[in-house]
Amino acid sequence: MTNTDTQGQAVPQMPSSNEGSYSIDIEGLNKWYGTFHVLKDINLKVAKGERIVICGPSGSGKSTLIRCLNRLEEHQEGTIIVDGVELTNDVKNIDKVRREVGMVFQHFNLFPHLTVLENCTLAPIWVRKTPKKEAIADAMKYLERVRIPEQANKYPGQLSGGQQQRVAIARSLCMNPRIMLFDEPTSALDPEMISEVLDVMIDLANSGMTMLCVTHEMGFAKQVADRVIFMDYGEIVEEAAPEEFFNNPKHDRTQLFLSQILAH
Amino acid sequence: MTDALIHTRLPDRAPPISEAGIIHWARTNLFSSVTNTAMTLFSLYALYVLVPPLVNWALINANLAGTDRTGCDANEHGACWTFIKVRFNQIMYGLFYGSNPDQIWRPILAFFSLVGLIIPLFIDSFNHKGKLAAFVLIVFPFIAFALIHGAWLGLPVADTSEWGGFLLTFVLASVGIVAALPIGILLALGRRSDLPIVRGFSVFYIELWRGTPLITVLFMASVLLPLFFPAGVDFDKVLRALIGITLFQSAYVAEAIRGGLQAIPKGQFEAADALGLSYWKKMSFIVLPQALKISIPGIVNTFIALFKDTSLVSIIGLLDLLNMSQTASQGLEWKGYDTEAYLFAAFIFWMFCFGMSRYSKNLEESLDRGHKN
Ligand SMILES: Nc1ncnc2c1ncn2[C@@H]1O[C@H](COP(=O)(O)OP(=O)(O)O)[C@@H](O)[C@H]1O
Ligand SMILES: [Mg+2]
Repeated sequence: MTNTDTQGQAVPQMPSSNEGSYSIDIEGLNKWYGTFHVLKDINLKVAKGERIVICGPSGSGKSTLIRCLNRLEEHQEGTIIVDGVELTNDVKNIDKVRREVGMVFQHFNLFPHLTVLENCTLAPIWVRKTPKKEAIADAMKYLERVRIPEQANKYPGQLSGGQQQRVAIARSLCMNPRIMLFDEPTSALDPEMISEVLDVMIDLANSGMTMLCVTHEMGFAKQVADRVIFMDYGEIVEEAAPEEFFNNPKHDRTQLFLSQILAH
Repeated sequence: MTDALIHTRLPDRAPPISEAGIIHWARTNLFSSVTNTAMTLFSLYALYVLVPPLVNWALINANLAGTDRTGCDANEHGACWTFIKVRFNQIMYGLFYGSNPDQIWRPILAFFSLVGLIIPLFIDSFNHKGKLAAFVLIVFPFIAFALIHGAWLGLPVADTSEWGGFLLTFVLASVGIVAALPIGILLALGRRSDLPIVRGFSVFYIELWRGTPLITVLFMASVLLPLFFPAGVDFDKVLRALIGITLFQSAYVAEAIRGGLQAIPKGQFEAADALGLSYWKKMSFIVLPQALKISIPGIVNTFIALFKDTSLVSIIGLLDLLNMSQTASQGLEWKGYDTEAYLFAAFIFWMFCFGMSRYSKNLEESLDRGHKN
């Protein structure tokens, strides 16, 4: 970012020890499952506050890519720098990154033996060492933001899919992450529940959160994404702003994919 | 827009009445075929031959009066429950309490305190289950020991070598399972560890004990353990047995818990990782609470097996429920009435194990239901 301060005041500089101001910086990433080459030469830079939608056919490596970003999967080649911290075998770095990165899963993965409120306060209390009262107040704030404060004392099993996914989002937000990863957050939901979850995600996108969403909700992509990325066979095939991506896809594979998902 | 059709919902109806009643049940279950009918008739005949004499012997003609064998000797067609009545304390609590009936309140108080402490654990609305369970598992054994052993507040000493009967059986089995639980948890976690040495050790330990009969373990505990201590140190026999039982039992508990761990979906681990929980926090707050709950039926089953196996401590000279019953019938005073002794021991064993097994079955069913919704 260029500093064009006309009044000539000293503007505090960002610490420049890490690669500029990228939130996520992936270079030359390669990953294999055994001999299966699942991610091929991935390069991706995500600016702070940028919202990215990743789409592509099933099995193209979308989940694997975003799971590498909080080290749920290990990569074999290339560098991944998240929020200025490089992901290596160093457990300290992994912990640092996980503290700053929230993740929402396709199947919610709420803790069924804990209440909604306990789901939301567990990590703040035990990882961030937030005092319990404060953690509860925070959790209630985020539960209100995803519009289910009244369910705080229920167990996940008593909620609908859409409600559970909103709790899962609140649970991640309670850690005050700087980056949020979503892996097909609406794919396991009944159709009538999709919009309540998307509404929460749109609200979050508008708040300036850095977001990477694997999703096939093209309406969501058009509305909030800064960039859409199309993956196929472990590669990033095409990336563009949403209007460009949907109106003028360059690659045949992108065109085919779009025609398939927009057909119904 | 045209007027929409208004849909009226159909009222709910009761389901059709199915064929029911005892005659229908008997026809489909007992007399459905020629073979089935033959087996039913044969079973009825067998019951007719066996049950009336047994009832006559055990109940109708049984002797209960008096305090010595004269009554029983005069009426040989009935069971001699007089013997059980007279030796009840010895069979239930061992030699010390058998000869000091005025002290019997001590084991009884300990037992019923335990029952009283466990009941709230089964009440859904009770909110401090974790704390109470920790108290029962960790603190209570010491209180119970102080009470039963004595030498404290002027209570006469009941040395562990004089404990016996049901008391000893219960102590060996329950302390064995409680002490085996933490070791079993660590072994189960170790068996799934990413560290080859930890995993290797756990597998080796588990398979070693699972491949060894308890009787060998007890024998080794009795012969080998004292070798590790300076000569002349008298190593408590009950403690020796408990160490052997704990080492042995922890392998079985570990296997029961491993089953529970395997049932926890991968997503639970991933969600905990993604939130930044460390390995031990992930295990203690997320994985183990769920895995242990699923493992309870399996742990109860190993407990039942252990409860019956404690009779093997006779090899190191301890008298549990079974051996104490037998011993009581061997003195001249009651010679010849060992059938009653074995029946009584079997009855106590059965009551206890049957209760535990019903509990475990109920729990399994309620867990099944829990998983489906
Ligand atoms: N743990 C694993 N072991 C082996 N292969 C895997 C594993 N996880 C995923 N894969 C394979 O890697 C490919 C990419 O998977 P994934 O990233 O989940 O795709 P997507 O999310 O785009 O549908 C798929 O072919 C899948 O079968
Ligand atoms: Mg996927």
